[in-house]
Order: sequence, then structure tokens, then C-alpha cells
Amino acid sequence: MLTARTEQIAVREQHDIVSVRQMVRSWSLAVGLGLVDLTKLVTAASEIARNTVVYGGGGTLQIEELRDGLRLGVRLVFEDQGPGIVDIDRAMTDGYSSGSGMGLGLGGTKRLVDEFDIASTPGVGTRVTITKWRSR
Amino acid sequence: MPELNASRLATLLDQRFDELLAAWTAEQLQVVRRGQISASDMRAQCRELLQAIRRALAAGASTRIDGQSWAAARDLLGRVSSQRAQQGFPSSETAMFVLSLKRPLFDALRRASDDADTLAADIWTVTDLLDQLALFTTETYLRSREALITRQQEDMLELSTPVVKLWDGVLALPMIGTLDSSRTQIVMESLLQRIVETGSDVAILDITGVPTVDTLTAQHLLKTVTAARLMGAECIISGIRPQIAQTIVQLGVDLGDVVTKATLADAFKLALSRIGLSVGRVRPAGAPALGAAPAARD
Amino acid sequence: MDSIPILRMGPVLLVSIQVDMHDRLALTLQEDLSDAITANGSKGVLIDISALGVVDSFMGRMLANIAGIARVLDAATVVVGMQPAVAITLVELGLSLEGVRTALNIEKGMALLQAAVAERDAVLHVMDDADGTD
Repeated sequence: MLTARTEQIAVREQHDIVSVRQMVRSWSLAVGLGLVDLTKLVTAASEIARNTVVYGGGGTLQIEELRDGLRLGVRLVFEDQGPGIVDIDRAMTDGYSSGSGMGLGLGGTKRLVDEFDIASTPGVGTRVTITKWRSR
Repeated sequence: MPELNASRLATLLDQRFDELLAAWTAEQLQVVRRGQISASDMRAQCRELLQAIRRALAAGASTRIDGQSWAAARDLLGRVSSQRAQQGFPSSETAMFVLSLKRPLFDALRRASDDADTLAADIWTVTDLLDQLALFTTETYLRSREALITRQQEDMLELSTPVVKLWDGVLALPMIGTLDSSRTQIVMESLLQRIVETGSDVAILDITGVPTVDTLTAQHLLKTVTAARLMGAECIISGIRPQIAQTIVQLGVDLGDVVTKATLADAFKLALSRIGLSVGRVRPAGAPALGAAPAARD
Repeated sequence: MDSIPILRMGPVLLVSIQVDMHDRLALTLQEDLSDAITANGSKGVLIDISALGVVDSFMGRMLANIAGIARVLDAATVVVGMQPAVAITLVELGLSLEGVRTALNIEKGMALLQAAVAERDAVLHVMDDADGTD
């Protein structure tokens, strides 16, 4: 698997969530994702970006265009140095949300993408990686 | 050293072009089944490739085919192999297009050479070169085949899932055949799109022609109903076979408040009533000349 | 852009969201709409989201909130024009917008609101006589 190009942007405040959506949209278009897949990926990015801003205290998004043989895809890596998630399994449950009632829980977000990975260490930070491949 | 071999090879091709072409074409005609390609087409393809190889060797003096000087040869092989993929040639015959040049070339080398070491080196260079070209051909062939299959799948999908308009504001999607989850997904997307385009308030998903559904497909159907509702339209599912009804219940799929009807006719009647219409008889029963729809039963 | 314009058409408030809203803007719209319903004595709210390519859980929850607030203030809400891709995504996300009425386009949404208002007030006249309802 090959990373064709990559870019990094800050995800610090609410305005950045809009920038994330716009950027993920244009990268998805470049890779040729269909409208439904594009909408799912942009929505998933929006959800995670909000978590990064609200719970992670801000962080970064690294966006990558992937090539795997004939397959093309987009990978998003969100990273923050926030408090981290103590119980990841619980955070993945539908309907779970901590704090101010935002966020649906990550379970729904996971269903929107092809690959989902979360790594979190309490006190150190959280990294969420999501990937969407172009269906043939 | 390969550079040396390459220029020697170029000279050889130059000198014995016609002889090589004749021998190669003869080899080809043995491999290829009759009727698939005309002898003159075959001859033209061989000539074109042989010229491209000669020019590449002369220009680039390299036998690595990914270089710029091999662009014309690659281009030609790409065209030939994708054309053969379309025509239904097996992959082995397509690869033989290039590989069958080996024997004529080896023969020519042997006749031109008087030194065993040089001959061995040259034969190695030719083998390596032709193998590269053959691999390239096979790869292009496979890629073309794959594209062909994908296109046919898409065509079939489109053919097998027409969204039809039953009335102003009423769409129907009669589904036939096995529903796998990816097909269901695509069908559902096109249905929702048509709902928006036509401004239809009601859509009927008729699965009379569907023998079985699995959990994933049943869930896709439900998601479609929910998505349509979010958009402001109503979906009615009709024609659920008894086996499917059993499956749905056994799988524990919750149909929730999805409206289901036994037949497409029942669903259509309900759809009409939802948009404020009803079907009535305009002549007494038994009167001739009226090919009326069967009276709705309650 | 600091706020989304709210148009008044008789007893109905009309909002057409044309920009990708950041969260603050969405909350502002929610507040502005609550104020406008009370100030105008509106009986219906129509929100057109046909230009929105993405509705995430925050936006979805805001739409549900607006419908809830409007209901408490005695007004009906209809969300119109949701794109198919958006609807599919919301369903996958697990958000079904309970309590939010929807219609395919503005025309159908208006008809739905008029029917709701008519049903409530029994007298259709209210539709033409927007003034003096307070």
C-alpha cells in the first residue's frame, strides 16, 4: 500500500471542524468516492473532529490519499494530547456520550467507514484512524 | 554490458527484420485458434511491435522496458492485449503473442553469432526482455478483463433494478433475483434518488421475485425505509414470501412500523389512498369492453 | 456570516440553510428561531436543508431540538429537502430524528404545515390574516 500524498491541518476550534469537512470533501472527490461514500466519510470526519476539539482539547488531522494496487482510498488520522478515553469499549457503544451531551458515541461513526482504529492512553492523548476505499 | 547487447540486438533486428517477421507470424498462427483474428491483422500487429522493439533498442540502448524509449512498444502491447481481452482470448494465448517471438529470435541470434559466450549473453538479454514484455501484456490483459467484468456487473445491476412510476407521486421498485447486500445498497440509492427527482410521496418495494433474504439485506431494506422517511417519503414493502417472513422473524429483524402488504396490488391501493386517490369501477361488473383491473378485495 | 436569515410568511417561519454551518452558528439559529416563534406567534417552522451536503449528529440534534422547542411553543416544524446521501448517512449513524416531520420539498412542506395549522385552528382564515394574531 502506498501513500500518494498527505497533508496536515490543525483541529483546534469549532471553525476548524468546518475546514475539516471541506478538506475531506475535496480529497474524497479527488479519489473518486461516490456521493454516498463521500457523505459518509465527511460526516465521520465531522464527528471525530468535534471530539478532538471538545474532548481532546484540540489536535491535528493528517489526511492521506492511499493507493493499493488498483484501489484508491482516503485515510484520516486525528490526534490529540487530551485526557484520553479510559473505557474505549464504552465509548464505542451506540448512544454513549460523555460530558455535554455531544457526540453519538463512536459506534455510529465506525459504521460509516471501511476501517476504524482507535488508540488512547489516559493522560497522554487519543488517535483515531479512519479509512474509506473507493468501491469499484 | 546489457547496453552492448541491446545495440547488437538492434542491429540484428534491422538486418533480419523480414525473416524474423515471417517466422514469428508463422509461430503465431499455430498458437491462435482459427477465426479469432485474421492472418493479415496478426501480421500487422507483429510488424508494428517488431518495429517498436527495434526503435526502442536503437534509441534507448536499454532493455528495461519501463524506460521512456519503450513507451511506443508498451502502448502497442496495451492496445493489443486489451483488444484481446475484449475478444475473449485466453490469457495464455495473449502472453504467447510476445513469447512466440523467442524461437525466431534465438534462431537468428544463433545464426549470427560465432562466439558461444556472446551468444549466451545475447540469449539471456532476449529472454529477459521478452519476459518483461510478456508480463506487461498479461498484466494489461488482466486489467482490461477486470474492467470488462466490472462494467458488465454494473450493466446487469441497472437492467435488473428499474425504478418505475406507477402514478404521479407513486414509484415502484420490483426486485427480482437474489439480493446481496451490495446490490441492495445500490438499488436503494437509486430509489431514493428517484424519489427526490420525481417528488414522489410513496415508493413501493416489491420483493415478490426475491427468493430469500439474509440479515444484512433485510437490514438494508429497513434502512432504506427509514432513510426515505427522513426525506419525507413513505416506503411500502410488498410481496414478502412466507419463507422470507419466517426468516425475518427468526433472524430477529425488527420491522418496526414498516408498512407491509401481501401483493403489489394491495400496496398500490394503499399508496393511492395515501395521496388521496382511490380506484373505482366505472361500469357494472361483467360489462364487456373494459379491461379493468381486478376489483380490490378487502 | 453570523446568522442564518429567518423569513416570515404569514404564520410560518421559513429558514433555508445554504452554508456549511459551524456549531456556534447552528446554536445561534436555534436561539433565533425560538425568539422569532414567540415574537411572531408563528404556528409553523419550515427548514430547508436541500443545500446541505452533510448533516452530522450535532446538526441532527439541533434539528430535533428546534422541533421540540417549537412544539412547546405551539408551532409545528417540517424539515424539507434532505438529500438521499444525507438520509442514508444519518440512518447508518443511528440518528432517526424522532419527532421531526419531513417533506420532500418546500411546496410539500408548506402544504404539510398548512394542514397542521388548519387542523389546529379549524379556521383556515388564519393563513391569510397573518397580522393580529397576538
